[in-house]
Amino acid sequence: MKSAIEAAIRRANQQGRCAFIPFLTAGFPDRSTCVEILVELAGSGADVIEVGLPFSDPLADGPTIQSAGKQALDNGVTPEVVLEIVAAAKKRMSAPMVLMTYLNPILRAGTETFAARARKAGVSGVIVPDLPPEEADDWLDAAAKHGLDTTFMIAPTTPLDRVAGIAAKTSGFLYYVSMTGVTGSALVVSNEVLAHMGQVRRLSRVPVAVGFGVSTPEHARTLSEAADGVIVGSALIREVQSRQEPGDAVLAAGRLAASLSAALYRPNGGNVTN
Amino acid sequence: MKSWPALSEEPKPLTGRPDVRGRFGAYGGKFVPETLVPALLELDAAFEGALADSTFRSELDDLLRNYVGRETPLYEAVRFSRRLGGARIFLKREDLAHTGAHKINNTLGQALLAQRMGKKRIIAETGAGQHGVAAATAAALLGMECVVYMGTLDIKRQALNVTRMKMLGAEVRPVASGSCSLKDSVNEAVRDWVTNVRDTHYILGSVVGPHPYPWMVREFQSVIGSETRRQILDREGRLPDVLVACVGAGSNAIGFFHSFLDDPVEMIGVEAAGLGLETGKHAATLNAGSVGVLHGALSYLLQDDDGQIIEAHSVAAGLDYPGVGPEHSHLKDIGRVRYVTATDREALRGFYLLARTEGIIPALESAHALAFVEQLAPQMSKDSLIVVCLSGRGDKDVAQVDEQTEVAP
Repeated sequence: MKSAIEAAIRRANQQGRCAFIPFLTAGFPDRSTCVEILVELAGSGADVIEVGLPFSDPLADGPTIQSAGKQALDNGVTPEVVLEIVAAAKKRMSAPMVLMTYLNPILRAGTETFAARARKAGVSGVIVPDLPPEEADDWLDAAAKHGLDTTFMIAPTTPLDRVAGIAAKTSGFLYYVSMTGVTGSALVVSNEVLAHMGQVRRLSRVPVAVGFGVSTPEHARTLSEAADGVIVGSALIREVQSRQEPGDAVLAAGRLAASLSAALYRPNGGNVTN
Repeated sequence: MKSWPALSEEPKPLTGRPDVRGRFGAYGGKFVPETLVPALLELDAAFEGALADSTFRSELDDLLRNYVGRETPLYEAVRFSRRLGGARIFLKREDLAHTGAHKINNTLGQALLAQRMGKKRIIAETGAGQHGVAAATAAALLGMECVVYMGTLDIKRQALNVTRMKMLGAEVRPVASGSCSLKDSVNEAVRDWVTNVRDTHYILGSVVGPHPYPWMVREFQSVIGSETRRQILDREGRLPDVLVACVGAGSNAIGFFHSFLDDPVEMIGVEAAGLGLETGKHAATLNAGSVGVLHGALSYLLQDDDGQIIEAHSVAAGLDYPGVGPEHSHLKDIGRVRYVTATDREALRGFYLLARTEGIIPALESAHALAFVEQLAPQMSKDSLIVVCLSGRGDKDVAQVDEQTEVAP
């Protein structure tokens, strides 16, 4: 089956851009504003949209996404509500959606049930940060059966012989974690990381998108030639947190998204090889 | 001099080494962000190498003997036994180990391993503060930087141990997220480790977390049971009838039980029932939980219908954890260990009973094991033998217990 996520990233690349993949915690800041923000992001240059399922113990996340998740949980956002939000947003956009969730909510629902529900709501792929490929067989079976991509992560600490195995199992794209750290940490793009990312890209048959700590158009510009896609989460959430009125939050998120996606046009057009 | 018990014994058929995926039966594994996977593979290999290295083992054995004060005594609590009327009760005195609990067995082992791996910095989580103190102690001894994550609730109720950690040169970082207790400290320690993985070793304090931790911590703690087995055989010429230990995440219990798994000895793990299982305010993961993934391992845990982790409750900070070691989950499922519960109130009664009959103030965690023995011993004959793992001393708890005036005798 052709991956909608992979196709969307490749399409951006063919247009001379690095794909823009914004992240938002589902149900943050509230259910209806969340849907409006997602739609606004799709209209502000997002090629793929990543939605986070709030979890009580998000150990890969920094303080920003933790607090957004807590706010959503306090507002009663369950996995069922998350999928309602996805479905409502999906009706109003064409960009494919990726669901980011920790493993336990999947196990609790049952892998088959969770995959079926996600697909039905309009999710195209899933990222599970605490599920490395060696533990993923059950999930991969369920995901494949329901036509969902499963995107695995590569970290700067991942040795190249491991990269090949992970790249063989990922679908949609390969998520390159820009640093050893949690989401939303200060990003410093070192030459070592750029070189490692280059090697990872050569080993991957699917696009490689980079995330964690990407917050400014300058970051986006720096990474636009090193990756096929750029993921921005905490910076968008901080932008939303800084606005009192839901309408302001929607517009502010859209403005940041537009400036980030504009920064992803490659100076030399579509000639970046992969 | 007596020959020192081997750190790692021959693999036991029932539950020896976890399998290649780090599983005990169905439980365990390595459910962590990719950043940590290479670090866990490195740790696994380093631990394997250390086990096979006689220099490492003699260095650790020397520290356990001359620094920790092992072996710890096996003491027959005659007045406590007589008061309960029934079985003869022995206490494995881990409370007499340096720093006042069994935790030091593990932190010295892991700190030596960290040094061997060239790590300069160690981090730890702590609930009751006993593991934090033991980690800070090992760090001071080996000249390493140490950061301990501790929930703000626990900082308040275990103030003595916070002071001890600071005096030992460790930095105590308060954790104000979630339930402000042990679970959240683990989250924060993992986040630190993800960030500083290249120069930092995470000294996890119990038999939880991703492989190889549940196996490695068990190996370092199995000295408790191997000593106990030899001591009771020397003294009584036979094996005990029953072993009893408290179970939070479960490191003292696994270390205590492990050498007896192939013996005809009944084993009982006592979980914290908090305010009562029916109230939902408890930490009885094996008795009232269900299977899922928390902190890197598949095991029993406390969760709601959507898979969100539920906050645990126990008067004992060291038991206040919604997960449990994967090997315990396996031992429960195969029926080898029986897991029961004791409430906050029962534990407080056990605390006072031991203090008044034996002049020993137990940790509130260990008091849960004593509370169950209070029910068990009278049902057993006078020639039967119970050994209780007295995992820690109660100095840290005296202020908190003193406030619970309704239970005071």
